[in-house]
Amino acid sequence: MTKKFVLGIYDDEDVLLQAIENVRAAGTNIYEVFSPYPIHGIDDVLGIKRSRLPIVAFFCGLFGTSFALWMQIWMLGFDWPMIIGGKPHIALPAFIPVTFELTVLCAAFGMVITFFIVTKLKPSFKVNVFDKRSTDDKFVMAIEVKEGVTDMPALNDLLRSNGAIEVNEKEVIK
Amino acid sequence: MQHVSPIREPLVTGGKTYHDITEDVCRQVEAKPNVRWAAALAVALVGLAIFIYSTYRTLWYGIGEWGLNKTVGWAWDITNFVWWVGIGHAGTLISAILLLFRQKWRTSINRAAEAMTIFAVICAAMFPVLHMGRPWLAYWVLPLPNTFGSLWVNFNSPLLWDVFAISTYFSVSLVFWYIGLIPDFATIRDRATGPIARRAYSFLSFGWTGSAKAWSRYETVSLILAGLATPLVLSVHTIVSMDFATSVIPGWHTTIFPPYFVAGAIFSGFAMVLTLMIITRKVFKLEDYITLEHVESMNKVIILTGSIVGVAYITEFFIAWYSGVEYEQYAFINRATGPYWWAYWAMMTCNVITPQLFWFRSIRRSLTATFIITIFVNIGMWFERFVIIVTSLHRDFLPSSWAMFSPTIIDIGIYVGTIGLFFTLFLLFAKFFPVINMAEVKAILKSSSEVKHHPHGTMHGTDKDSHTNTHP
Repeated sequence: MTKKFVLGIYDDEDVLLQAIENVRAAGTNIYEVFSPYPIHGIDDVLGIKRSRLPIVAFFCGLFGTSFALWMQIWMLGFDWPMIIGGKPHIALPAFIPVTFELTVLCAAFGMVITFFIVTKLKPSFKVNVFDKRSTDDKFVMAIEVKEGVTDMPALNDLLRSNGAIEVNEKEVIK
Repeated sequence: MQHVSPIREPLVTGGKTYHDITEDVCRQVEAKPNVRWAAALAVALVGLAIFIYSTYRTLWYGIGEWGLNKTVGWAWDITNFVWWVGIGHAGTLISAILLLFRQKWRTSINRAAEAMTIFAVICAAMFPVLHMGRPWLAYWVLPLPNTFGSLWVNFNSPLLWDVFAISTYFSVSLVFWYIGLIPDFATIRDRATGPIARRAYSFLSFGWTGSAKAWSRYETVSLILAGLATPLVLSVHTIVSMDFATSVIPGWHTTIFPPYFVAGAIFSGFAMVLTLMIITRKVFKLEDYITLEHVESMNKVIILTGSIVGVAYITEFFIAWYSGVEYEQYAFINRATGPYWWAYWAMMTCNVITPQLFWFRSIRRSLTATFIITIFVNIGMWFERFVIIVTSLHRDFLPSSWAMFSPTIIDIGIYVGTIGLFFTLFLLFAKFFPVINMAEVKAILKSSSEVKHHPHGTMHGTDKDSHTNTHP
């Protein structure tokens, strides 16, 4: 199935932000915006909700802490207790460094793996990019065209009147 | 909303546009290897060959190939280990701590500094692993179920903490670095003309498209990783210092070690970053991105951490006297006046005196002077670890076992070899990876470049003020 998109190309982030607001105010649904770098304030105008990845990191970190403590207490305290340097079997202060490191390790990896999964980032040899200039110096606003519903000339005018330097069409095979 | 004071010096000079940034950074990646790069790589590969030969000798004939003895049981190996780990601290400091402090000047140097971190930690890891004597049993340091009746590793030992600290530091730094590389790989992918380059960078870019949603998550991930990496970077050298501080050797058994080691690590790391960046900016013509402003900022960090290190040396001496412990006092007198006096005074000169020259603005902003001083700092920090390790050990409690240490050719070979390994990795990185974080530099371009951008419409949500650059 092919999907058709109208791409508004912009060359300034402030013009783009204003354009997003105006296009959305005009009742047009924006499919996605592509930019060469993170634009501050774009989340608000596009209505992107705050990412919940920090929560993932917190719980992965919590898992790391509990796992590390359980591992050390069980191994040295219960499974094979030994007296080392006259310390108690469960010498908690000495277990803190490893606990800290495993907390950081689990939080970082848990969050990053989740980030890769939810953003659908994975190694592949072919990548479908709407406009290759969007990783260089242009900002691309993609709007999905619904056959018979979308008024193409009006959309073209809307994008151009809001500072688009180019308006292109693109078909994508899904 | 970002607000940049008009009196701040620009971080990107030369009136660059977004496209110029892409061109300037990708040029090196896309061009055929030039002669200077190939020559540098050839020299680095000679170093790598020396490393491989010395490692072979160490593994085949054993640790007896090294100069250490029963009294000086740790010598060049641990000196080099601590030296490399210390160098590895600047990258994460620049990318994590400076991100939390919203220091924009980090953007053009963080990529190369993080790469340096990763390569330095690889070099560092070689030493403890080789010192094991039987590196193929290195997995014994992990708490794995085993056939010796499940005799677990000793979690009370700082050497084991080191295993966890260094491996966590390495893997988290690697992930942090790679996350930052993904958008830049996508830029190179979308410009690539050859089929191999396109596929390779496609693969490396993980299918990045730069959608707003992805950028939003990317920024969240970067911020949280920075928050995690900040205590991590401080913990690593703290734990390295505990390898010494938790023992009962005079000269090692001090509570000052953790902060003193962390400051020293940042000090030596920034020196190495400067040494490398002064060359890189020249060779790759990146003077507009790594400006004198960047050099000066790093020099200020060097003078701060260098002074902390200086104060720590003096404090150690004072406390040795004040403690009233005869052995502690002797250890310090022996450092300054004993048979290794030259190492101690080399350390004092290079670490305490030379960085003080950076109080002069003209020296802070002179590339030649900075380059020379950073070399001095690198040497001084190597001697610091040598002084701590060898001079504290060589005259122990029993005068009959006093000994001297001198390195063998294999000791020197492994050390020189790791420098070769480091530069091999760094040169390959500099050729095939973008040395400057393009996406992040583009993000600060509008607020921090010389050119004032006047957008066609009104600034989003702010009033335009002709004297300041503001953008949302």
